[in-house]
Amino acid sequence: MLTKRIIPCLDVRYGRVVKGVNFQNLSDIASPVDLARHYSSSGADELVFYDITASAEGRKLFSDILTETAANVFIPLTVGGGINTTEDFERVLNCGADKVSVNSGAIRRPELIREASRLYGSQCVVLSVDIKRVGGVFRVFSKGGREDTGMEAMEWIRRGADLGAGEIVVNSIDTDGVKNGFDIEMLQAVCDTVPELPVIASGGAGSIEDFIALFRQVPRIDAGLAASVFHSGQIPIDVLKRHLREDGVNVRIQEAFE
Amino acid sequence: MITIVDYGVGNLFSLGCSLKKVGAPCRISPDPELIASSEGLILPGVGAFGDAADKLRDTGLGESVREYAASGRPLLGICLGMQLLFEDSWEFGHHTGLGLIPGSVRSLAERTQGLKIPHMGWNRLDITRGGGILGSLRGENYMYFVHSFYADCPDEYVTSYTEYGFPVTASVQKDNVYGCQFHPEKSSESGLRILAEFCDIVRKGEL
Repeated sequence: MLTKRIIPCLDVRYGRVVKGVNFQNLSDIASPVDLARHYSSSGADELVFYDITASAEGRKLFSDILTETAANVFIPLTVGGGINTTEDFERVLNCGADKVSVNSGAIRRPELIREASRLYGSQCVVLSVDIKRVGGVFRVFSKGGREDTGMEAMEWIRRGADLGAGEIVVNSIDTDGVKNGFDIEMLQAVCDTVPELPVIASGGAGSIEDFIALFRQVPRIDAGLAASVFHSGQIPIDVLKRHLREDGVNVRIQEAFE
Repeated sequence: MITIVDYGVGNLFSLGCSLKKVGAPCRISPDPELIASSEGLILPGVGAFGDAADKLRDTGLGESVREYAASGRPLLGICLGMQLLFEDSWEFGHHTGLGLIPGSVRSLAERTQGLKIPHMGWNRLDITRGGGILGSLRGENYMYFVHSFYADCPDEYVTSYTEYGFPVTASVQKDNVYGCQFHPEKSSESGLRILAEFCDIVRKGEL
């Protein structure tokens, strides 16, 4: 059976990883390539690169970094940030990305999902959704979680799936940064909404126990994504995976080849 | 020299990089003469079987691959490239493959009983026949899969399965023709070992 995936997310600005990275053994802790290599060798199942630059030169640097990573790290790479057109898909796929994540670009123009899935296949199109409770309702936020779109989240996710999205990343704004556990209730609602698609949980990971709780309480969740707990070294991925396996969660543990 | 057959299906960047990583010189080319003069050949592929089979036929590259395989030199099909090695496929209609290994390509959904399709992610390899491209794997090995169809073929050609509602063909071999459903170029250390092993087989053939 498919294993549950553990996915570190790297925010990249001007070719450097932002958010406190704290690894003693890396010579350049802000180098996306070194960090990606480190994560791959400690058992990460996939990497997400998030481009948080807006300028053309920043974008060029990001493309270079992505190409260099893909040439050195042999696990699936997902790229997000600033994806608004199928040309943006083309650009990052040519640099070695395997999947492309859309968020605000798809909110502005939902047809992007259909166009991209027709051109590159659904398995390549990831719909990333930032969700926050407003008056007891799950609402979609855009622009990095700053703007309330007024859309009901489950309706948007269902629509995204029908347009051709092949995977959903759920980022709970309510639990993000709090490090008090994933948003179990929200994630369960998404799994019920799109039972046919892989769903990735994001926002709230603070401890190994949080990941165990995630996979136990929402058995249909496919992956857990986090940034700072991995970057800070607080949760080493190999240690996390050993704990998950001891707790009966099916995870990939990379055989140590000499 | 290993040639990766470029017939306009999918991005070959990662595959090229992974071969470089295991120390094998390779070229990515649609040139029938380069294919004919290669010591090792890799047939990649993503997307729909019908489109890929049409491209192989229309460009004449299908015939080049068949002629190459008949010479006894090593050939490796990856993902859709593996499926194309079989006789036919029932993906959106009925399509004819290269016919290098007996068997048909069928829909996973018919047998996976409600599991998510595509079968996408890391899954464990259950090796039934070691050696060949699996020769240097030890212990548990997980591979990265992305597919909605599978090869239904006689057990004698299957070298490993992976469990997804039923034992799904993960890798195959018939004489000098090898195939893997998963993406070795995306399967970390275990995947690189498989590519290195294939390159080794190619090198031994050169001696």
